[in-house]
Amino acid sequence: MMKRIREINRRYAGHHVTMTPAVKVALLLLRIYLLALVGILVVKFVLIVSGK
Amino acid sequence: MPAYAAGSARLKNGISFVSRLYYVLRRGWKWFAIFLTVTGPGIIVMIADNDAGGITTYAATGAKYGYGLLWFLVILGPVAYVIQEMTVRLGAVTKRGHAEAIFDAFGPFWGWFSLTDLILTDWLTLITEFIGMTAALSIFHVPPILTVIVVSVIMFLMVLQGRYWTWEKIAFLFCLLNLVYIPGAILVHPSVSDIIHSGVIPNFPGGFNNEMFFFLMANIGTTIAPWMIFFQQSSVVDKSLKERDIPWGRLDTAVGAFATVLVAVFIIITTGSVLKGTSVEDAAQASIALMGFNKWIGTFLAIGLFDAGFLGAICISLASSWAFGEVFGWAHSLNNKIREAPWFYGSYLILVGTAGAVVLLPGAPLVLITLFVQVIATTLLPAAMVFLILLLNDKERMGEYRNTRLQNALSVTVVIVIVALSTMYAVTALFPNLLK
Repeated sequence: MMKRIREINRRYAGHHVTMTPAVKVALLLLRIYLLALVGILVVKFVLIVSGK
Repeated sequence: MPAYAAGSARLKNGISFVSRLYYVLRRGWKWFAIFLTVTGPGIIVMIADNDAGGITTYAATGAKYGYGLLWFLVILGPVAYVIQEMTVRLGAVTKRGHAEAIFDAFGPFWGWFSLTDLILTDWLTLITEFIGMTAALSIFHVPPILTVIVVSVIMFLMVLQGRYWTWEKIAFLFCLLNLVYIPGAILVHPSVSDIIHSGVIPNFPGGFNNEMFFFLMANIGTTIAPWMIFFQQSSVVDKSLKERDIPWGRLDTAVGAFATVLVAVFIIITTGSVLKGTSVEDAAQASIALMGFNKWIGTFLAIGLFDAGFLGAICISLASSWAFGEVFGWAHSLNNKIREAPWFYGSYLILVGTAGAVVLLPGAPLVLITLFVQVIATTLLPAAMVFLILLLNDKERMGEYRNTRLQNALSVTVVIVIVALSTMYAVTALFPNLLK
């Protein structure tokens, strides 16, 4: 399975979409958005664990 | 003019009219036949979008606000169309499913993120579909274990017959069954003038407060789901639609969008007429309450709930198996026999079997799972939609089929609004007291 995953990573390595400034900005915003969302989930998890 | 000449002219005109009519009818029939051949992914994905969770949302919306939010659902139809139409073009031009397209365009990081998130979201959503189906059939005293086993067997037989075309036509029959809400709504004898008066003009019954906001977001969440993007694109590829079929694919999607809004509107009319002012927790509870008013109306809602869960389940599980197959390079077409695509059918079986088993587990955290679906889907939805728009703007990939400025303006607006609202929905689902 790991061999297959490595093969997939090799096959799709790098971007094959034209990296215009708009694409770069969109991907950056998406990263920030997902990090913020993960942060919220972590806060919720901590609150549940601490019983608040 | 002599009498025989006038008669001859009338005869000629008559023949000319008959031949023109024949030509028009024949052309119309030919177009309809082409539509029937090409149609499928759009109608199925849109009607399956009214899944078990969706039916509960509509039933609760009608019970809470009567006809007051009908206008909002009518707006959501075109919104769903704008997103799903892009999957038709992307699938027909690239001949790749959405998961594979993300891997290819944006690399393994975004690829694995999308695939993992999709599988998790789909699996959790599949559990909610099983919850809906078991709850619906429990009304008719069918034990949950029997429902899960029979549904799983039917779902597996549907894909095992070895032809995409046959799967699609069976799915169509279940789509037709979804129209059962229409006679249900007619039986409550709703006041058409009330519907027009309070449902057509945009308004917020009781004012725009937190509860109203939550209901609006829940309705958006049921209209646009990440699996729909993956399902329709893979479906277009499996059906082998070509660039020349795109106009038909658009029509297919538009008809589907109309049908999904129609079903939602009739559910709201039903619960809005009979249950207005009551609190509805789930669609099965609404069915039982409606049975007290009229046995048939409640029965129709329960049948519709089962059908909605079933349609959602068959599409969601296929979306996942297609995505797996695309990325791992397995044979992944419904036209393949089981020995030709064992991993494709195997992943389908595992997904369906485990989701069904969770519902039967005593003490399984089903409420928590339902909550988690909303949150996890929110992490995937923006990514899937952003990738969709970026791919549709890639000149090298899409050529003349890339988004126009108008399409970009529409799709970007829709994406920004949906991302903002669905994020707030997820946050309020996690922290219910935040907006109070």
